[in-house]
Order: sequence, then C-alpha cells, then structure tokens
Amino acid sequence: MNRDMSYEAVMARKNEIMKMAVGIDYNEFEMGGLAFDYEKMMREVGYSIEDITRIQSETSVGNTPLIELKNITELVRAVSPSGKGARIFVKDEAANPSGSFKDRRASVSAYRAKTQGYKGIISATSGNYGAAVASQAAMRGLKCIVVQEVFDSMERGQPEILEKGRKCEAFGAEVVQLTVGPELFYEFLCLLEETRFFNASLYTPFGIAGIETLGYELAHQVRERTGKDPDAVVITHAGGGNVTGTARGLLKAGCKNTKIIGASVDLTGLRMASDNDFNRKSFTTGHTGFGVPFATWPDRSDVPRNAARPLRYLDRYVLVTQGEVFYMTEALSQLEGMERGPAGNTSLAAAFAIAREMNRDQILVVQETEYTGAGKLPSAQLTFAKEMGIKVYRSDPSENKPGERIVIPEHPSQIKVKDVDLMQLKRSYIKNCLENSHLEKLSAQDIGFLAEETRLDEETVERIIDNLGVI
Amino acid sequence: MDAKKGDWVQIHSIILKPEERASHLPEDTKRVPLEMWEKGFILHDANVGDEVEIETVIGRRAKGILVKVNPVYEHNFGEPVPELLNIGMELRKILEGEGHE
Repeated sequence: MNRDMSYEAVMARKNEIMKMAVGIDYNEFEMGGLAFDYEKMMREVGYSIEDITRIQSETSVGNTPLIELKNITELVRAVSPSGKGARIFVKDEAANPSGSFKDRRASVSAYRAKTQGYKGIISATSGNYGAAVASQAAMRGLKCIVVQEVFDSMERGQPEILEKGRKCEAFGAEVVQLTVGPELFYEFLCLLEETRFFNASLYTPFGIAGIETLGYELAHQVRERTGKDPDAVVITHAGGGNVTGTARGLLKAGCKNTKIIGASVDLTGLRMASDNDFNRKSFTTGHTGFGVPFATWPDRSDVPRNAARPLRYLDRYVLVTQGEVFYMTEALSQLEGMERGPAGNTSLAAAFAIAREMNRDQILVVQETEYTGAGKLPSAQLTFAKEMGIKVYRSDPSENKPGERIVIPEHPSQIKVKDVDLMQLKRSYIKNCLENSHLEKLSAQDIGFLAEETRLDEETVERIIDNLGVI
Repeated sequence: MDAKKGDWVQIHSIILKPEERASHLPEDTKRVPLEMWEKGFILHDANVGDEVEIETVIGRRAKGILVKVNPVYEHNFGEPVPELLNIGMELRKILEGEGHE
C-alpha cells in the first residue's frame, strides 16, 4: 500500500479511519444544525442494561462490593457539628478483573469487536483503561495495542503511567509509548489503519453504556443495605464518561432525587500538552485538565459525537487538591484497611468534605476505587514529585499550587471542596457549540438541544446566547 | 553483538521532528520531537544504536533504533515519605479521643 503517511494526510483521513474502526455511522443521529439525537444514539448503538449485565458477567466484570467506610464516617463525625456527618459507602471497583471501573467500559467494546469480527482492539490511553482493554482482550481472544503518552523529552516516565503500561503487557498487550503531545492521535490513526483493529474509544456509546451498570448496581446495593436511595453519589470526573454512565444507571434504577456530584483534582495552571508541565503533576487522570475541557466541549474526543455528556447530569462539580487526595488515600489505608487509589480517591476526598455538610441519616456514596501498587502509591508519586522539584509539606491545603507545591493537610478538618460554577461551564459549552457550528441562526430544535445538554430551560439558553453575542 | 536474534528488546524512533509537529502546541513541546518506544523480539543480531526490526507480542513488525536489550521496569514504591508517615497515628488518635460521641 502506498498511502501518504504524512501527518496532514493521515489526519485528513480521520473520519474514514474512525468509521472503519468503530463501525458507527454517526450521521444517522445528526438532526441538522447543531443538534443530534443523543438518546437515539445510546438506544440504537448501545445495549440495554440487561444486555450489558450479561456481557459483563461473561468476563466477570461488575457486581463489585459496596463497602461502608465506618471508621472514615466516624472521623467525619468527629470533626463535624453535632448531627452532621453522612454515612459514607464506597463501591470497590478495584475488585474488577484489571482493578478498576474501566473494565465496565472495556467489556462492551471488546464484546462488540469480537462479535463484529475484528481481530484486535486498540486504545489510546495512559490510564487504567489500557489495562482494562488489555484484560478484556485477553479474555475474548483479541489482540491488543495500547498507545500511551508517558515520557517527557528527557525520557522521564510518569511512574503511574509506567505501571499502567506494565500491567497492559502483563495481559499480553503491545504497548506503544510516546512523549508528550496531542499528535499521539496521529500515531493512533496510523496503527488503526495498519492493523484494522477496533477502536476501543472511551467515548462511544459502548464505553458509556458499560458504566451504567455501576450506577444501577450501586442503587440496588444501597437500597438493600439501608432501605433507601443514596442522597448523593460522588464521581471522579475526567473525560465525563464516569459521571454520564453512573448517572444514567442511577436514573435507570429510579434514583430520581440522588444528587450527582463530580469531583476532580485541581490542576489549574498546568498545561496538558506541555512537555515541561507533564511531569509536574502527580495525578494522571481525574483532574481539571480533562474535567473542564471535556465538560465544556465533549465533542473534542476521538469520535464525532461523544457519548459522555456530563453537563446533562451534574448537579454539582467540586475540586480537591492533590495533597488532600494523598491524605485521604492514607486514611483509607490506615483506617479502613483498604489500599487503593490514587485518582479513584479523588471522589473520596471530596466525599469527606461533603459528608460534613450532610445530616447523619443521609447516605453518601463514593462510586469507585482502583488498584494501587508500584508507581501508583502516594509514596511513589511524592518521591517523584520531589525529584521534579515540587515542594511537599504539611500545612493548610489552601496553600496548594499545582506544579509547585503539594500541601498535605495537618488535620482532617482542613479537607475542603471548592465548587466550580456549573453555570459558567454551561455558558462555555454553549459558546463552544456556537463557535464550532458556524451557524448564523439557531432553530427551535437547536435551542431545545442546548437546553437538554445543559439542563437549563429554553429561555435561559436564549438569554445566554443573546449575551454571548456570537451570533 | 548486544542483542541476539529472538532477544526481548526496546526500540526508539522519532515520529515527528520539531518542524513537523502540530501548530497549536505550547512552545516547549514544539521545540522537541515526538518520540516513540516499542518492545518486541528482535529479528536479527544487532548492537545498541543499530536500526533494527522487531516482532511485537501480537505479531506486528516495527523498525527503530535498538536502545535496550531486556528492558527493565524501573518504577517502584518510592521512598518513605515523612509527610505521610504520621497520618495514620494522628487519625487513630482523633478517633480514640474525646470531644465526640
């Protein structure tokens, strides 16, 4: 084959390559203007929750334990006003075969790839998702390639990503390791074209529908244990899939009043595509570098229409600092005897602060944990951070500065959440829609779509559009 | 020869030179090439620094400069971190202490 493999030529073939690699014709869901039929896409391309449960049980995914964190709840109450301190439960997603909730996402893609006759499956990810795809591929008899962004230009590897790469190799996957830069996508496209494997994108309806079982199981487990619905669920938020899938599962279980709270590690100020900043952060996911851009423009992903649309579901979005998450990771290990984390404990750190605002009879669920070990432990990350010149010390976490200082709290009462203004994210989302669509006038259908996307009423959407002055 | 045919090795290649990189990158990233490392079984005897061909664990062939023979996982558990060492004891003390029910 004498194809032009230059950067420009391959990027220009993006849509053609993706159509072959995910087998979805996204045009079927476009409605003209800027709207598309999200629920139709989820219904027709995805699978029902019963189908997903069956697919996942074939590879031992899901049905993870719900664990009440009694000592951490006790600690919350020890530092809260009388009558405050919700019961905290955690869904122990580390019990999935590859050690994280990402098995739920990978399971459906691997099933789809196998049933559609693909020989293998590829994923572009530096996260636990790589190990999940590799593990599911091993079980389904598929070949697997994982493409990771892992080194800076000095060939220093992020310890956590190195560990995730090792785990992929343990499951028999080929791991392609790259330096920093969004052109990873170019290499990914080259590999898709060369191998004709399935793209296990995080953002297809398969990847999102796979998480719905998490919310669904969680709802039933909480009801069984406490006789009521969870009052709130805290979800570590990065690309939006975890929030979207979990919230959809909760809704399918009938939890209409459960508050959906997203939580990210605050990495404000660090540039994600920067070679210098890459190894100045101690969290490789669950942070604002993904959480904010993916909420305000989900269709930046590798597929034309992202099935992860967090603004449709979020009731609240909060930030915690790196030091607070390390502190809570230590607390989980020391008080509950569960060595888990790190990024999965972002929601735990947020839950600790939020539980202090809630009443004692209320139920707060942290919806994931992840496996830990070499490279991933706080000791591994903080040793690396110190080598990179980051100051690590104990004080009030409000002194935190991403890329410069990691502040480990001196007392649990110092753990606080910072609320992100969701209205501002919704305005940004609407602005991005208008700018990317280049439309001169919006139809009633477009306004209705934006209202659904942002959970605002149409009048508010119209007022925002008028104020933006883009069209 | 550093590597014999069939040895497990790591190869390196430059995917994009600085001038070929995407336009919207931060300046520090634009100044450096996009590099790639792959592992597999080498298809012929070679020395470190030679251009070689490998077969990966899934049977794909790739070419690049031989950089390591039998590459080691070097990430670890890190050193004891003084800033974390007391947290467990402190929290247990709070739970044992008075001032709450």
